[in-house]
Amino acid sequence: MKSAVIVFPGSNRERDMLYALEKITGEKPIPVWHTETELPKVDLVVLPGGFSYGDYLRTGAIAARAAIMDDVRKKADQGVHVLGVCNGFQILCEAGLLPGILVRNNHLKFVCRNVKLEVANAQTDFTRKYAQGQVWRCPVAHGDGNYFTDAETLARIEGENRVVFRYAEGTNPNGSLNDIAGIINDRGNVMGLMPHPENEIEPLNGGTEGRNLFESVLEAVA
Amino acid sequence: MKARIKVMLKNGVLDPQGKAIEHALGSLGFPGVASVRQGKLFEVELAETDPAKARAAIEEMSKKLLANTVIENYAIELDEK
Repeated sequence: MKSAVIVFPGSNRERDMLYALEKITGEKPIPVWHTETELPKVDLVVLPGGFSYGDYLRTGAIAARAAIMDDVRKKADQGVHVLGVCNGFQILCEAGLLPGILVRNNHLKFVCRNVKLEVANAQTDFTRKYAQGQVWRCPVAHGDGNYFTDAETLARIEGENRVVFRYAEGTNPNGSLNDIAGIINDRGNVMGLMPHPENEIEPLNGGTEGRNLFESVLEAVA
Repeated sequence: MKARIKVMLKNGVLDPQGKAIEHALGSLGFPGVASVRQGKLFEVELAETDPAKARAAIEEMSKKLLANTVIENYAIELDEK
């Protein structure tokens, strides 16, 4: 599987993502600077975590309007898989590729800890290697992870089974609506989540269940 | 021409920063603070001299970048001097 990782000024998890992708897919992912206007031919485009543009204006707002994003939108329309993690999720929402927005954590503090994630939909290209309802440990690190959208959109994404991950067992770290940790677009090829599966891939991380997410895409595009 | 764009959270959208400020005002001893909402104010200098065109441009800027209309409303004020 060929993959690309987009790097914005202020991205800081791109190395973890590049490492995880190479480890799991067996192929070197291609880093792509945000000023590029065309992505290489890949099966998966990843927007990594970080603080693009210092979170100025709103988290992900400036990065969502970067030059490369036109091609990300184009590739997504063509069915290429797109994954946004943490700041990448915020960017996908700001770019309109996913509905809603991530706002300031309800308690106003930055959270850096492990949460429990429940697989709310194991039928997607990003989750097929998990069991439905599986609960796994995953780290989060964010100040703006509080998923919000209007009631109508919320009802729609819930009704269409587009909530992919939820914070489980009272571990919601940010006040997110319906404990939402990750959602997918209607076509099923663009997914965003706040937690960091790329940091849960080796026994040294304390768990390896983040691998399943990448292995799911690997299987889906094979 | 100068434009001011006021961006505020929509009613019903949680504003934890406004709440924290509200509590801080309370603990400073200011009585009767019923609620605080925090927003943003942008001042944009435009080369455009036609007010209608300027307003249309600012409208686009607000929609495309300055506000996220999922959670925010914006109000435009043009200073035609």
